[in-house]
Amino acid sequence: MNGNGTKDDGSGTDRPADEAGLSERLQRLDRQLSQRDEKAGGPDGEEPTAKMSAIGQAFRLSSELVAGVAVGAALGWALDKWLDTSPWGMIVFLLLGFAAGVLNLLRATGSVR
Amino acid sequence: MANDPIHQFQIQKFFSLEIGGVDFGFTNSALFMAAAVTLISGFLILATSGRGLVPTRMQSIAELVYEFIAGTLRSITGSEGMRFFPFVFSLFAFVLICNLLGMFPYFFTVTSHIIVTFALAMLVISVVIVYGVIRNGVKFLKLFVPSVPPWLLPLLIPIEIISFVARPLSLSIRLFANMLAGHITLKVFAGFVVTLSTLGFVGISGAVLPFLLTVALTALEFLVAFLQAYVFATLTCIYINDALHPGH
Repeated sequence: MNGNGTKDDGSGTDRPADEAGLSERLQRLDRQLSQRDEKAGGPDGEEPTAKMSAIGQAFRLSSELVAGVAVGAALGWALDKWLDTSPWGMIVFLLLGFAAGVLNLLRATGSVR
Repeated sequence: MANDPIHQFQIQKFFSLEIGGVDFGFTNSALFMAAAVTLISGFLILATSGRGLVPTRMQSIAELVYEFIAGTLRSITGSEGMRFFPFVFSLFAFVLICNLLGMFPYFFTVTSHIIVTFALAMLVISVVIVYGVIRNGVKFLKLFVPSVPPWLLPLLIPIEIISFVARPLSLSIRLFANMLAGHITLKVFAGFVVTLSTLGFVGISGAVLPFLLTVALTALEFLVAFLQAYVFATLTCIYINDALHPGH
């Protein structure tokens, strides 16, 4: 920290020129980097990561749906036990759970907020 | 049964420890959890003890992990969510190291037991509910009221509630199922190699295929171990964001 400060004070006079040179160098590096990225990110480079994230997404989406249905079924079963309304709680809450599962699924894909 | 693919998930108790009538036995699961925590703390303390302006190799790994989680958390919850950084970071590190420890042969995979992942998910949801209620009060319940015509609300509020309750379940099922399925598949294919190679020359040449698959699956499992830890951390961030900004 301290070393930097003293250096800046010493070269205060030719600072604009320095800054212009620096920004030019940064731009050049940026260009080179983006060129390299384009080369690396071709059809061969992108394939494996795309496939992997697809697997991850598949697992995520399926578990969202399953969890919704499972929670609905569990709630319905508990209500039936508690209020002795078998089988209506199970039927209604299984359907609601399915809807909730689909809702979570759509949220996970970003189709619904 | 060396080839039994389920055997690796068995809990073995090393010794019992009864406190107030409850058995706090030390199992292989507990051992690997303790190992994970020791490993993470030890690594981070060692890596950051130098505090160099120019990081050493270890310090730069620690900084990389920090930046990764901090970036994820900030991009999802904004800078307000950064107070949860220690929580999210600990969860990510714990899940990641437990998953990776499970990749060693003969090691126990803590995250392949649903009770462990469910406990982690319940921790996340409890934090979300408690913090959401403290911060927003009754307004936190707006999370369950979508912006739709009022006559649809009696139908949609139960759906929203079920959808909220399903979150810890889907969070835990995802991690547990991934680890369990991956390890079973790995073991089954590795078992094929052993069984086939006892059948003489034809068997050994036939065992090449499952052997190659085992190698490929091992690589995939490493990726899944990382990916699931990342997904767990990301979803924690999303749920924390709900606690910070309820209402759709």
